[in-house]
Amino acid sequence: MKSAAPWARAQRPSESVPRRRPLLIRGGHVVDPRNKRDEIADILIEGQHVQKIAKIIKPTREMEVLNAVNLVVTPGLIDIHVHLREPGQEEKETIATGTAAAASGGFSAVACMPNTVPPLDNVSQIQFVMMKAKSEGYVRVYPVGAISKGQEGAELTEIGAMVRAGCVAISDDGKPVSSSKLFRRALEYARTFGLPVIDHCEDPDLARDGVMNEGRLAAVLGLKGIPRQAEYIMVARDIALCELTGGNLHLAHLSTKESIALVREAKKRGLPITAETCPHYFTLTEDAVADYNTNAKMNPPLRTEDDRAAVLAGLADGTLDVIASDHAPHTRAQKSREFDFAPFGIIGLETTLGLVLTELVAKKVLALPVAVAALTDAPARAFNLPGGHLSPGAPADLTLIDLKSRHTVKEFASKSRNSPFIGRTLQGRAVATIVGGDIVMQQGRLKKPNL
Amino acid sequence: MSRTVSAPALDKLLLDAAGIIAKIQALSEAIVKEFGKRPATLALVGIQTRGVILARRVADQLRKITGQQIPVGVLDITLYRDDVHAIADQPEVKETDLPFDIEDRPLVLIDDVLFTGRTVRSAMNALIDYGRPQCIRLAVLVDRGHRELPIGADYIGLTVKTTPEDVIDVNFKETDEEDSVRVRKWEAKKKE
Amino acid sequence: MGGKEEGMRLRYKDLLGLAHLTSEEIELILHTAAPFKKLFTRSIKKVPTLRGKTVAMLFYEPSTRTRTSFELAATRLSADVLSLAVASSSVQKGESLMDTALNLEAMKVDFIVLRHSVSGAPELLARGVRAHVVNAGDGNHEHPTQGLLDLFTIREKKKKMQGLTVTIIGDILHSRVARSNIWGLTKLGARVRLCGPATLVPADMRTAFGNGVEVTYNMKEALDGADVAYVLRLQLERQQENLFPSLREYHEFYGLDAKKLSWAKKDCLVMHPGPMNRGVEIDSVVADGPQSVILEQVTNGIAVRMAVLYLLAGSSSTLYVPAPEKAVERKAL
Repeated sequence: MKSAAPWARAQRPSESVPRRRPLLIRGGHVVDPRNKRDEIADILIEGQHVQKIAKIIKPTREMEVLNAVNLVVTPGLIDIHVHLREPGQEEKETIATGTAAAASGGFSAVACMPNTVPPLDNVSQIQFVMMKAKSEGYVRVYPVGAISKGQEGAELTEIGAMVRAGCVAISDDGKPVSSSKLFRRALEYARTFGLPVIDHCEDPDLARDGVMNEGRLAAVLGLKGIPRQAEYIMVARDIALCELTGGNLHLAHLSTKESIALVREAKKRGLPITAETCPHYFTLTEDAVADYNTNAKMNPPLRTEDDRAAVLAGLADGTLDVIASDHAPHTRAQKSREFDFAPFGIIGLETTLGLVLTELVAKKVLALPVAVAALTDAPARAFNLPGGHLSPGAPADLTLIDLKSRHTVKEFASKSRNSPFIGRTLQGRAVATIVGGDIVMQQGRLKKPNL
Repeated sequence: MSRTVSAPALDKLLLDAAGIIAKIQALSEAIVKEFGKRPATLALVGIQTRGVILARRVADQLRKITGQQIPVGVLDITLYRDDVHAIADQPEVKETDLPFDIEDRPLVLIDDVLFTGRTVRSAMNALIDYGRPQCIRLAVLVDRGHRELPIGADYIGLTVKTTPEDVIDVNFKETDEEDSVRVRKWEAKKKE
Repeated sequence: MGGKEEGMRLRYKDLLGLAHLTSEEIELILHTAAPFKKLFTRSIKKVPTLRGKTVAMLFYEPSTRTRTSFELAATRLSADVLSLAVASSSVQKGESLMDTALNLEAMKVDFIVLRHSVSGAPELLARGVRAHVVNAGDGNHEHPTQGLLDLFTIREKKKKMQGLTVTIIGDILHSRVARSNIWGLTKLGARVRLCGPATLVPADMRTAFGNGVEVTYNMKEALDGADVAYVLRLQLERQQENLFPSLREYHEFYGLDAKKLSWAKKDCLVMHPGPMNRGVEIDSVVADGPQSVILEQVTNGIAVRMAVLYLLAGSSSTLYVPAPEKAVERKAL
């Protein structure tokens, strides 16, 4: 495991760092998949780390006590596919508002994609994101660097330097890497740093001008379709290149049954592949755009019921390791356009946990520890991140979840509102998010951490 | 659309079947008096729907009197109403068929009831859009007063004093169950 | 004319497509169009019915035929017509569709007739304005008034719809006219056959519209016993997209000439939405021949559009579309 990027202790000029009291989280149902813990226990946090977990820890007068009875306590959730839009598209979201949305949704860390304006394709951009996150962020931010300069698909970026500056993976997400030769080089070169390479799998020629899944509904609506083959042709290619190079491949937002079948088979052969899907692919189908609702327009597009079933099966048997939101904010004006002109993408940081608990755990598709693993242990492992578990010495990132709480999706900390889930009732939500021992979200109220 | 007549206790019979026959006879004789026994180009135009039935009966009566078949046109005035989009139910646009050239022809416009005069106003506008008749005379079975426009009938079967809340039902066997003219108050339950 | 219930009206404030209409609503429009057609024989072709109403024509795609047809329809109803031709280049860069519409609404326009290159644009518009929105063609999606005038033409000539076989020939994939016609014909009980090269007739069409649709790539099979041959315009630019290799080949296999027409019934109608590419999808001898009703389609178009404007004006509904439902189930309305 690579060592974590250093989080220097920052001190804001106007505040001094108070001497932190130890924090005791009491009586919660602790679910820590990596350590196979699934029981009522107390957790003691000292400074920025987990000190101890035991069935009962006796509180002392020095300790601050957080009552977690009737709550589930997990390692802080990690979303490894998020678009924070800063620099360059701050009207949609900023690092401040995006991380606020993350904290509201129960996430203690996010990995942000490089398709900003300008893209995160050099050291200065990575450093910019790190600095902004430190001063304005509510949660940990791990930048993903671009594979190619300008994300143009031609020349590799200075990957080593970006890693040193804090980048945890590389991707041209937003776009695929069309050139197989370049993708091969990226996989090989990234091996040097043990760095995962993320691909957005889409054959650009097949998918060109498409706006929804190609099929019967597209034929009726008169919209140009993106055939499913556009995705799994690239999945097959990437798996083949992974085999050739031995590089760490991470396949983002898989949506089709064929892609999942290919990954299943590749994993059987022991290839170093991790695979990711998003809540909308296990909750919705293409029918969500039957009335030209641009808030259900995303790429890859929503598919058929068969694909949705395949995503559920893939999560159940571990073929799909990670659930990420692909949080993609757009302004209302941008989305209130004719279907073809509206940009692709929906927000997701604040609905992911609720959808996981409602559609997977409550419906008994996944057991709670397995679902939690997809949001904690698995993303941490995929990108070699600290956290994702609650062993003594781990960073004190935790999420407290009320499984019973029913709420209707209505308000967002995110700047944008482009979600097809508005008005939907979800069961289960995060009631507190802790980052480095600081409670950054409690009952919806936000507070920046002292990292 | 047929109407079942309301309970007798709640309405008053103004004309029964025999009465209607008599009034049609009177209207026809008045027309003959004006246009002569051999009206060369006269035509009747009935306003949809009951005006059409009445016009056909008048034409039959005229044929009995003069031996001549006077042509009967059918006029739907829905598109000319001044309230076409304000009313609750969007009325069906029915047939308009004028099987003769209006140009320079004397016409007798025929309707069952003359009330506010708006229907007749619409009918005149419609007719004039078809051409320039020599003249238009108006024949009605019942004139119930309460004009809102300066319109008058030339041939009237029956003049009735009514209040604005009264409802005059003209029933013809062709569309309703009987031949009759009845008046009732608006509150009376009416089966449709 | 068949008797209709008094007070039968259209459910929605807009006409966005035939997919959303019940067969009763379609019948109502056709039934209402007949008296309007009769008006054309008088010297004064106007009626004062929509006096005081304003109809805005918002055309993002150039069109002479459809626009003049709508303009005439509105004018003959004594409405005021406002014509806005938006250059296609300004669609993406200029004022957004919604902004344009809201401006029109602020000017108290009663109807907006919209033609747009993107499927679903009229729906977006209808949601946001109180005015009645009439779809004059959106992307590849629907062209409902064309579908209605085609149904009117067929019914006028054949006296019925139930059990007829209507063959639609050509670029079905990109045709909003085809889609509207398929909805209308299947809802009124006709059988539809779609024919063209496989690149232009997606297999999905077989099941996308319910049970009344067959797909074949063989013209003889398609026209065998057909009552109506409906020829779609071939967009010549599609050749660049490799959807077919050449016009000559297209004409050889799918162009409607006298020989292919002879495979249909003797009294098979020949229809085309216009404008025609003579010698490509249809030969002049067929287009101008005795079985052709192409010009009647044009005449009927005005009557049908008058009926649509008239009926929408009387619709007091604020609803714009039904709740989203599976495409196949729409047929069962």
